[in-house]
Amino acid sequence: MTADRKAILSVQNLTTCFRTDRGVVRAVDDVSFEVFPGEVLGIVGESGCGKTVTSKSVMRLLPERTSFFAPGSRMLFRPASRSAPDTPGNAKDTLPREVDLASCDDATMRRVRGARIAMIFQEPMTSLNPVFTVGWQIEEALKYHTNLSHEQRRARVIEMLKLVEIPNAERRAGEYPHQLSGGMRQRVMIAIALCCEPELLIADEPTTALDVTIQAQILQLIEGLRRRLGTAVMLITHNLGVVAQVCDRVMVMYAGRVVEQGGVHEIFRSPRHPYTAALLSSIPKAGKREAGRRLPIIPGIVPSLFDLPKGCRFQDRCAYRQDRCVNSEPTLDTIESGPTGETRLVRCHFPVAAVSTPRSAGSAT
Amino acid sequence: MLSFILRKLLASIPVYLGIVLIVMLCLRVNDPVQAYLGKSASPESIAAQREKMGLDEPFVSQYVSFIGRIVTLNFSEESWERKQPVGEILASAVVPSLAITVPALLLTTIVAIGIALLSAYMRGSITDKALMFAAVLGMSISLLVYVVMGQYFGAYWTAQQGLDVFAISGYEPVHESVPGNWIRYCLLPVIITVILTIGYDTRFYRAVMVEETGRDYIVTARAKGATKPKIMFVHMLKNAMIPIITHVMITLPFLITGSIVMETFFRIPGMGQTLITAINSKDFPLIQAFTAVFAAIFIATNILTDVLYALVDPRVRLG
Ligand SMILES: Nc1ncnc2c1ncn2[C@@H]1O[C@H](COP(=O)(O)OP(=O)(O)O)[C@@H](O)[C@H]1O
Ligand SMILES: [Mg+2]
Repeated sequence: MTADRKAILSVQNLTTCFRTDRGVVRAVDDVSFEVFPGEVLGIVGESGCGKTVTSKSVMRLLPERTSFFAPGSRMLFRPASRSAPDTPGNAKDTLPREVDLASCDDATMRRVRGARIAMIFQEPMTSLNPVFTVGWQIEEALKYHTNLSHEQRRARVIEMLKLVEIPNAERRAGEYPHQLSGGMRQRVMIAIALCCEPELLIADEPTTALDVTIQAQILQLIEGLRRRLGTAVMLITHNLGVVAQVCDRVMVMYAGRVVEQGGVHEIFRSPRHPYTAALLSSIPKAGKREAGRRLPIIPGIVPSLFDLPKGCRFQDRCAYRQDRCVNSEPTLDTIESGPTGETRLVRCHFPVAAVSTPRSAGSAT
Repeated sequence: MLSFILRKLLASIPVYLGIVLIVMLCLRVNDPVQAYLGKSASPESIAAQREKMGLDEPFVSQYVSFIGRIVTLNFSEESWERKQPVGEILASAVVPSLAITVPALLLTTIVAIGIALLSAYMRGSITDKALMFAAVLGMSISLLVYVVMGQYFGAYWTAQQGLDVFAISGYEPVHESVPGNWIRYCLLPVIITVILTIGYDTRFYRAVMVEETGRDYIVTARAKGATKPKIMFVHMLKNAMIPIITHVMITLPFLITGSIVMETFFRIPGMGQTLITAINSKDFPLIQAFTAVFAAIFIATNILTDVLYALVDPRVRLG
């Protein structure tokens, strides 16, 4: 995971704005990150920090009339060239070596969506169309992006349902979403997403709406499929336990900004941004003498996009706030390269000292 | 599916028996014979008429015999006013009503769905706003304006210019008229009915579509790479069919009863007019038969609605 590998997705200075009744807001503000082939990038942060808007920006799935990218936003996608003419994932047409998703036309975007970058969502209960069979809904993606015959597509649908470990695949293909459980539906969503063998899978809180036991199964499935298929994954979650399990690198977002970014081990061992540190201290650790002790929570809430503070956006909730934090917003700086060579970015005037155990921030009790 | 329909049919039998019971009771609260013949009628003539109609028999036997006649489709009872079997009267009135209402409903529904799709597709655009403005405008103008304008400019004025397209009013039975002539009589009422109903329907259908555009499955379809027309005409339309079917089916029974207002203005001898004259002349057998037939049609369309739901929505079909 070093810089000499070419990123398949390189988001640069992405600023996504919404026109609202109360003016224009920047839900994602100057965000840059890269996704390398086959890796899992975690995006974490509380609700409302801009994780979904970031991922929908990449897919260009935001409402067309009320949202726009600020000038200078770039999302360079470098699709792998595909040659084999009759493999299931073979796209009907080839894409340029590099596409800027922020500015490409809709036709190009549609060739990327579902074929090269696929997405699964938080709500498996409502994400499938209730009046079509799940088989039809998987096949639809194949219709748009491959030259497979009807029979080949049907075979591929069954193959995909088996791949996502749905028992009785043949029968299930003819069933409607309401006949499946939430976990099953999320498996179907994964099958839809992966049937054209995309280079990148964006999973926006794929397990949040599911039972705990099912959550683990779905995560294992995504992780297993990533290994088998080599698909890169952008995993959005507010669950740091999930990040620790499956991610290679993490990006922490707060109020539309990236506040910290780096390798998962480095960040878990030594979070440098007070927000990251606070998030980490609020997850339970197994085997520690914590039974009966209440987990610290981060006091306060994410500031509204309509009235962001002048300085650091985390200042109201930060235990280390100084005058400088109120007056000027820190920039996102490279502060070190970890032992694995992973660049570490932090947006803080007074980063938490690099130590081996995470210090807790906020009024932790 | 067949067992589904059968279940619905069976379930509707007690409902129908109940409706007929209530209708018959209501029609007997005041003595219908007395009402028809008036205060001055002699007791003998009243008694004779009651006996002729079987109204002197116990209610239960009247009920059983009426149900029996409905089941055997025997509507040979004579209208008091028109001295014709009621079945014959209703049968001859239903055709003119259908000639106006069916084309009007078909046209309205197809055009309204089309406009609604276009409007929802271009939501927020000038076209959308103009279409919705036109819809509200069309709804806001009184029926009388359309009738007067239609009869004056559409029929009278064009006839003056030598274009004999619309008839001002009246009707000719299909089998007795040159086909073109029959259409001339239907055109104006059909067009006015369409104008009257299309505004509301378009707005309703557009609201249905707009609601569907906000659904999560639309985002999933976009994420798959579906084109906008595919999303509108495949994903959305099939979901929108559920409320659309409900809306259309609710109006179906009224196709057969016809529009009382339209039939009056255009002097069309349809069901609406027949009912009005039957009520005005207190024509008991005709009113009773009309109500029984209407209730049956109403129940039949309800069953048809359920069947159509089941065809469109797997959640209904598969329980
Ligand atoms: N369509 C929209 N119009 C206006 N504001 C939006 C829209 N979608 C999201 N936002 C705002 O963007 C911010 C980030 O939202 P989101 O990306 O959904 O957060 P999360 O990190 O929980 O996924 C929120 O403050 C939300 O109110
Ligand atoms: Mg979200």
